[in-house]
Amino acid sequence: MSDPAVVAADEPELEQIVTGKQDKPRSLGSDAWHELRRKPTFLISLILILIVVAMALFPGLFTHVSPTAADLNHARGGPSAQAWFGYDVQGSDVYARAIYGTRASLLVGVFATLGTVLIGGIVGIVAGFYGRWTDSLLARFADIFAGMPFVLGAIVIMLTLNAPGSNPGETRILSQVVFSIAVLSWPVAMRIMRAATLVAKQQDYVKAARGLGAGPLRIIFRHLLPNTVAPVMVYATIALGANIGAEATLAYLGIGLRPPVVSWGVMISDARDYVAAAPHILLFPAAFVSVTVLAFVMLGDAVRDAFDPKSR
Amino acid sequence: MSAHDTVYDGSSGEFVPPQELAAAATEPLLQVLGLQVEFHTRDGVAKVLNGVSYHVDAGETVAVLGESGSGKSVTAQAIMGILDTPPAFVTGGSVKFKGEELLTATAERRRMVRGEGIAMIFQDALSALNPVFTVGFQIAEQLRGRRGLSRAEAKKGAIELLEQVKIPNAAGRFGEYPHQFSGGMRQRAMIAMSLALDPEVLIADEPTTALDVTVQAQIMDLLAEIQRERNMGMVLITHDLGVVAEVADRIAVMYAGRIVESGDARSIYAEPGHPYTIALLESLPRLDLKGQQLNTIKGLPPNLTDIPPGCPFNPRCRMAQDICREQVPESVALADGRSSACHFAGELMQRA
Amino acid sequence: MPEAILEVRDLVKHFPVQVGVLFKRTIGHVKAVDGVSFDLARGETLGVVGESGCGKSTLAQVLMRLEKATSGTVRFEGRDIFGLAGQELRRLRRDIQIVLQDPYTSLNPRMTVGDLVGEPFEIHPDVAPKGERRRKVQELLDVVGLNPEHINRYPHQFSGGQRQRIGIARALALRPKVIICDEPVSALDVSVQAQVMNLLDTLQAEFDLSYVFIAHDLSVVRHLSDRVAVMYLGKVVEIGTDEQIYEHPTHPYTQALLSAVPVPDPELRGRREVIRLTGDVPSPVNPPSGCRFRTRCWKARDVCAQEEPALVDRLGHPSACHFAEEHPHVAVG
Repeated sequence: MSDPAVVAADEPELEQIVTGKQDKPRSLGSDAWHELRRKPTFLISLILILIVVAMALFPGLFTHVSPTAADLNHARGGPSAQAWFGYDVQGSDVYARAIYGTRASLLVGVFATLGTVLIGGIVGIVAGFYGRWTDSLLARFADIFAGMPFVLGAIVIMLTLNAPGSNPGETRILSQVVFSIAVLSWPVAMRIMRAATLVAKQQDYVKAARGLGAGPLRIIFRHLLPNTVAPVMVYATIALGANIGAEATLAYLGIGLRPPVVSWGVMISDARDYVAAAPHILLFPAAFVSVTVLAFVMLGDAVRDAFDPKSR
Repeated sequence: MSAHDTVYDGSSGEFVPPQELAAAATEPLLQVLGLQVEFHTRDGVAKVLNGVSYHVDAGETVAVLGESGSGKSVTAQAIMGILDTPPAFVTGGSVKFKGEELLTATAERRRMVRGEGIAMIFQDALSALNPVFTVGFQIAEQLRGRRGLSRAEAKKGAIELLEQVKIPNAAGRFGEYPHQFSGGMRQRAMIAMSLALDPEVLIADEPTTALDVTVQAQIMDLLAEIQRERNMGMVLITHDLGVVAEVADRIAVMYAGRIVESGDARSIYAEPGHPYTIALLESLPRLDLKGQQLNTIKGLPPNLTDIPPGCPFNPRCRMAQDICREQVPESVALADGRSSACHFAGELMQRA
Repeated sequence: MPEAILEVRDLVKHFPVQVGVLFKRTIGHVKAVDGVSFDLARGETLGVVGESGCGKSTLAQVLMRLEKATSGTVRFEGRDIFGLAGQELRRLRRDIQIVLQDPYTSLNPRMTVGDLVGEPFEIHPDVAPKGERRRKVQELLDVVGLNPEHINRYPHQFSGGQRQRIGIARALALRPKVIICDEPVSALDVSVQAQVMNLLDTLQAEFDLSYVFIAHDLSVVRHLSDRVAVMYLGKVVEIGTDEQIYEHPTHPYTQALLSAVPVPDPELRGRREVIRLTGDVPSPVNPPSGCRFRTRCWKARDVCAQEEPALVDRLGHPSACHFAEEHPHVAVG
């Protein structure tokens, strides 16, 4: 604002210039892909994520040591040529456990994100499309969940589902963790979807479709969804990272995954009493969580920029 | 000395049409010479300006006429030094304000020239004004920041400016926000803001395009009056041939990043000297004439990443010959200080 | 007058102005369209001109039944369109179509041209059997002057004028009888604008279309219209043939509007009398009493504030002014 003459300088003409006449049909999606392939942050995050996924699918490729094999002689042993990341309290190989822990952590992240996006997306598009009292009602409903502190909400849900002292099975506890994360974080996805829907609904192409006699389902699936899904996908990539972190939080608090399941959260939780004496037990799994979360956040950023070049 | 066209050879030789050479002796207020700008886009390099030259003298209105994508706004932004780099790169030419080269000036010096020397107003006043500050504050801020006035003096100055642009109850509206102003009033407020530092040149980029005709007339009157009072030079960028006819002293017609024709307003309307200008005038629906089919210009403006060889207008031109597809026409000087970048400019003028 | 295909009577559309989060309170109404009546004859083009906020775009929405009218009737071929539902409403969609202003937002960016122009057939499958649709779409593209081979391209690969042609092809797909054109050329460049206007002209003859042509550009409206209605703040202030409105306008607003249009001829500079209106259009939430134009009118008297002038024949055609008379200098032609 220090410049009186330059109150705004948009480029009305740039779009005209770029509106070239290419020979091949190119959708917005392929445009975005074209953009992404040339971004180092995207490539780095993609490689990291592919490695993490490979660890989850085929842990045997990365280590021959069993994650459950324990030799108390090695307990709390530091990193060595034999065990790169050292040994934990039980004398298990930290590297092997971190590799095998990937699967549970990633499963929680993927399914919690799927749940978040599905619940949030559906509620958001319905609220945005129908508007009026439907919107008011759903928005207030979402506010109730959004207003709840995550940790408190998760403790309440997990303790309600499992009486203290009970020992639920692996699948059961995994789905409970997924459920509590999804239930507590869907309002964010809902708001993003609702906002995108409100914008898309105002566009003339929706008016034109209504004028042609298109019903609500056609308008939602054909016209709104393809134009609103991008911001939700961006959120989903970032949320995936955050949800892996949330898994670790719940495990650390003792209400999430627990042994004999191996996950990064469980490993961090196991290390809590030995931080000073044997920091490597904590640091290595924590580094796995941090790097994975960072990779997803970077991916989300890159995808967002590619879909919306104006945000740069 | 003959004019050299440097548009496509990429060398940095200057493009100096004869009439500009003559004018250089008296040093125009604002002079653009052979300006070249490229946009580096995903689809390649778009040659947005390919040697644009025009000048403005004090008290004069020069209309830069062109369709979207012709480069008329980019020229203005290059003059102001507000192009975003990237994607835009100035690759050649010069912009002189009172003889001083601006393209090579320091950022600080350019900032000084903006506002005090050359100011600009935009089409969309709503997005040009900051929505979170009051209109009065935004004007007073200029006076305080750049003129060092005290708070009270600045407020007084801002109210005076609002009165000059004929905003009723200026003192009362000082504390209102842009969204509380109607479209016409916002445009007036933006004009007041651009006048705050008493510029010598005002660049008006489509100042009335977003306004209704009755309001448009008010704003054009206001601009003309202010220009007269302050003896400002004005560059009016527009696509509206009607507005141009009402206010312009001289006209520069742009197509695909070049000035294809320039000269005084009356004679260009009476006897256009470039096929594009002729076609543009013919394609206009007229209030006073009800015709059946309009004459149209076939096709579309060229893709600037791939400008056709020869004259950029040749694929759409009714008169195009082989030479037009091969050779870029130089700007030819015609009578009365006019010029036209057409191989057949002379013939066109004789026919008329 | 020939048979009317569209009869509009006392059409009113008010939008409530609401405040509050969960429980909304209505604090007023935007009187966007406030008692509009006209007939559209078969094969005719009725131009609707007015400045922003005069309600012309809302009129288009209501005529398309995209918005419900607050009161009044619109009859298409004798049937009230607000009484239609289900199959009958779908049938109406085939008869009345719309071309929208903004070629950048009126086409879904995620759909190919083939999908866009073919969508009407998907919604109304009985119009064209599945196997024929692609051919029909290509025919339509050809009709509006686009290359039929570009069927797989996306809208952002076309220029503004070409996109508007895609919009016109979509509107034509169901072979409508009436097309509402809501500022179809105002976003286009001069040279492209003429192409689209010529296209609309040709299509009208070829497909026996009736147009309601809404625009703010008086020159464009004159070029295409047989009759013209001038709107101000939700009301029609003057209506008549092209010649009556442009050469013998009797309402002061029409006169001011015509005189304010810049004429592309520098020789006329300073020689034309231009009526300069002061101020902006008042808010449609609280329109002035009596005649709505009185706050900007140089002829306003007390009666104008008290009594609303009716749109009745004055000096040969309907004009809503107590002091309707021709102004000697503004007639063009």
